[in-house]
Amino acid sequence: MDLDFISEHFPRLLKATKLTIELTCLSLFFGIFVGVFFAILRTSKNKILFFISYYYSYIFRGTPLLVQIFIIYFGLGQVEWIRESFLWIFLKEPYSCAILAFTLNTGAYSSEIFRSAFETINKGILEAAEGLGLNKTHTFFKIKLPIVIKQSLPAYGNEMILMLKGTSLASTVTLLDLTGVAKHIISTTFRPVEVFIVAGSIYLLMTFIIHNFIKFLEKRLYYPK
Amino acid sequence: MKNIFKSFLSTIAVLAILFSNAQAGSVKIGTEGAYPPWNAKDESGKLIGFEVELANWLCIYMKADCTIVEQDWDGMIPGLIMRKYDAIMAGMSITGERMKVINFSQGYADEVAQLAVMKGSSLEGMDTPSGINLSLGGSNVKSALKTLTGALAGKTVCVQTATIHQNFLESGDVGSVTVRTYKTQDEVNLDLAAGRCDAALAAAVAFTDYAEKSGKPVVLIGPTLSGGAFGNGVGVGIRKDDTELLKAFNKAIDQARKSGKISELAIKWFGFDASM
Repeated sequence: MDLDFISEHFPRLLKATKLTIELTCLSLFFGIFVGVFFAILRTSKNKILFFISYYYSYIFRGTPLLVQIFIIYFGLGQVEWIRESFLWIFLKEPYSCAILAFTLNTGAYSSEIFRSAFETINKGILEAAEGLGLNKTHTFFKIKLPIVIKQSLPAYGNEMILMLKGTSLASTVTLLDLTGVAKHIISTTFRPVEVFIVAGSIYLLMTFIIHNFIKFLEKRLYYPK
Repeated sequence: MKNIFKSFLSTIAVLAILFSNAQAGSVKIGTEGAYPPWNAKDESGKLIGFEVELANWLCIYMKADCTIVEQDWDGMIPGLIMRKYDAIMAGMSITGERMKVINFSQGYADEVAQLAVMKGSSLEGMDTPSGINLSLGGSNVKSALKTLTGALAGKTVCVQTATIHQNFLESGDVGSVTVRTYKTQDEVNLDLAAGRCDAALAAAVAFTDYAEKSGKPVVLIGPTLSGGAFGNGVGVGIRKDDTELLKAFNKAIDQARKSGKISELAIKWFGFDASM
């Protein structure tokens, strides 16, 4: 390991980490809303809503993220009426294409996580809420949601880590995230080992932070049964 | 006991001979398969192109048993160093930067780079000489670069990553353009056609080839560019310690040039004689 070489390129990798964090946070943020929305649709008795939610999650969990990002970035860019519509303002930029792809992907996984969490809610609790005269909104926000958050934390922590690593695919649509810059440095220095070890360590550090953050939350939300 | 020892020794000797022969006689050549007409793949996934055919001829001259393997462009030089293959023939220009890590044979072909835009772009109709050689310098080159700098200011120019074209755009010769890099030239072409790039830079042939095959209105603009950051032609990349193979390739290229094979293949694939 050549420490001079590493310290020379480390600042650029750190700077690129900012974009990786940005992509991860934004995608997860939007993904939560998408996930909760589709999880609620999944519990709907309306068959059409159920099918929309079911197939959304089926398609986005059943295809590779790389394919999804390519379809959104290169695929939609080939369609002429999309290029001429207002959508192009949004889809022209690799940044927004990446966020869209990541959001839809993490949304599909989160919807499954939240759905199964919704299903763990004990019927007795809901009956008790009804008995106390709580209306639907109150029951949702004061009773269902806290239980769902607690139940889905371990699985959702996993999804956060997967999303963080998934953002490395942003480099395939020209974004200079951590992986993108690592590749860029390698392309001029031809030294993949050192650069990827450093980039990998940065990912590892971020994973470590997410992991412990979730652990901390799990402890906070713990209550004896 | 003595006999066993003897037969053991002879087995090792035979194996050693076999092994050394296999090493001297077989050469693995890495190419990208995504940079037509230099190297590409046909519909069945078979490698084709100028360099694939030339490689086979060079191997005949070297009396070597060659296999051509595929490698993504951005891992081309690391793959060579890590011994995934012994030589690179992938439209790779001979540049000082690359010479720091690998050796190059003499050049076998050369072609100019040029900017491309979609028809109707505001960049069309640039007033420059038809071609400039950056190595020559002079007022001609300076004024052409100045025109390019002015025209490209604030524009997004797309290139394949780790290429001479990227190096040129980032060298500051044309001011500070926004450079967007792609894994393959195919992706550059796609995004140029989609309108995400104001212009793209690559070998002029790469654009004419794309325009012809896709029917998209891609037009070349500005001067053809050579010399300087664009290197000195395309050669075979070989590991620094592999001097024997370097000699063999140089000799084979001499032979191929004398027999007219390089010109013949160049005309077949490029439509003009790009040999050197």
